[in-house]
Amino acid sequence: MNNKVRNNRAWLLVLPMLVLVAFSAIIPLMTVVNYSVQDVLGPNARFFTGTEWFQTMLNDSALRAAFIRQIIFSLTILAIQVPLGIAIALIMPKRGWQASAVLILITLPLLIPWNVVGSIWQIFTRGDIGLMGWGLRELGINYNITRNAGDAWATIILMDVWHWTPLVAMLCYSGLRSIPEAYYQAARIDRASKWAVFRYIQLPKLTNVLVIAVLLRFMHSFMIYAEPFVLTGGGPGSSTTFLSQSLATMAIGQQDLGPSAAFSIIYFLVILLVSWVFYTTIMHMQKDKNPHGGA
Amino acid sequence: MYRLENTQQGEKYNTIFSRTTPAQRRKRNARSRLRSRLLLGLYLFLMILPIYWLINMSLQTNSEILGSMTLWPQNITFDNYIRIFTNSSWYMGYVNSMLYVAMNMLITICVALPAAYAFSRYTFIGDKHLFFWLLTNLMAPPAVFLLPYFQLYYSVGLFDTHIAVALAHCLFNIPLAIWILEGFMSSVPKEIDETAYIDGYSFPKFFVKIFIPMIRSGIGVTLFFLFMFSWVELLLARTLTATDAQPIGMIMTRTSTASGIDWGTLAAAGVLTIIPGILVVYFVRNHIAKGFALGRT
Repeated sequence: MNNKVRNNRAWLLVLPMLVLVAFSAIIPLMTVVNYSVQDVLGPNARFFTGTEWFQTMLNDSALRAAFIRQIIFSLTILAIQVPLGIAIALIMPKRGWQASAVLILITLPLLIPWNVVGSIWQIFTRGDIGLMGWGLRELGINYNITRNAGDAWATIILMDVWHWTPLVAMLCYSGLRSIPEAYYQAARIDRASKWAVFRYIQLPKLTNVLVIAVLLRFMHSFMIYAEPFVLTGGGPGSSTTFLSQSLATMAIGQQDLGPSAAFSIIYFLVILLVSWVFYTTIMHMQKDKNPHGGA
Repeated sequence: MYRLENTQQGEKYNTIFSRTTPAQRRKRNARSRLRSRLLLGLYLFLMILPIYWLINMSLQTNSEILGSMTLWPQNITFDNYIRIFTNSSWYMGYVNSMLYVAMNMLITICVALPAAYAFSRYTFIGDKHLFFWLLTNLMAPPAVFLLPYFQLYYSVGLFDTHIAVALAHCLFNIPLAIWILEGFMSSVPKEIDETAYIDGYSFPKFFVKIFIPMIRSGIGVTLFFLFMFSWVELLLARTLTATDAQPIGMIMTRTSTASGIDWGTLAAAGVLTIIPGILVVYFVRNHIAKGFALGRT
């Protein structure tokens, strides 16, 4: 970062934010830690259990399966959404009313509440009243998300791509817009191919927004809850039960405070670790590329 | 974007060194532009389909929906919408959602602006750790916080109020706002701050009169994201409300009763949840285009 002033009074500017975030993050987290080492039987009946819940949770095969499912899901949607988002950003019109219109249309899925997204796709994929379910059946494809786990998976991935690719596209689009015209002119004079323009001008300039996009997408894919819950209810069987849903069922549905708290902490630590690795490697990559900071 | 063939020098340069004539090149460019328009059109068409289907269903009666398959409504009816607008338990859902989203945007932007300024201009003890800790809150899955939130807000008497949801959404919205705003603020040269102080501006006056107008589009983009994430989040909103502050997304679940799901009303309610979003994007569209990436290039 460029010549920042050292000033510890800056803490005063951060303080209001800190108080608020502490209220909404630290206090609840403490409660979770507290629960994770206790067996809560009633308001005044609590026993210290040590790390017992952690052991139970780490050995729970259903949770491990949910975790693996989650990782596969997150990697799959990243592999689809990032290239697709870049491609869409590249072919979006650059100016005029068309640019505005496309931008508004493209961001539409982002602004739909998450369980409504689930409802839309539930309607859309039903064999009797949904366009997609009906269309597939007319084509002679045996498609049923409540019976066939493969169909359920494909539908959830399709739904997530539909829902979230716009975010990647939007971020990339604004990243592309910030590339000065002179770069393209220079490439033109050098008779650079389209691919070379993309590889050496557009992609490096997109790295920063892609970091934001990948991090946001990764985090949110871990939190996915409402959409599959509405669409498939986690089924058939538990084939589309992701981490958040297991957790919510355990904490709210079954009221297993201790185990769910221990699970929360493990969950939180995993996300923290993965995100930290992500974040630092990307930051290092950027630093290596531009040793003087700034692209 | 490739405007060079219109400039004289480029024309000459390219004519000398390339085997293709400018006319050929222009033709090739036009063809590739047409191809990208077609691809974009295809994507938009596929993207709109589920939403079209929702609108289509919202204009039909339940018997028509469950009857034969039709690609557009045969007898357009607005009954589903009328049902929502005449029933206070329905439309209050929208009011509740909008209230807590607005509260959240106001609170978040008020605390995030000074904090982002501190991060972009000063180094202070623990600033890097604080920044990463903030980002970890962005990563915290709401499901982890469900139970503690419920108990916390219940014990301070805020359960089932709009402010409870607004405060809960600060968990992920404040870090996001600081992250975005910090990028925009860092792109404003420091010299502007210094000049303002030399001209005798006090810090608050400089901040409100000069600095905030300079990062207007950054604030626009931030507000868009705050709206988006608060408007669509439901797990926390559902847990922290019972009757008085229920978000619309939860009220929609009422459409499934013992006699089956009221598809028409469900679809109409879904359509109505999209409209505030369209309005927000419409107002900030130019800011979004101008660049989320502005400060981060």
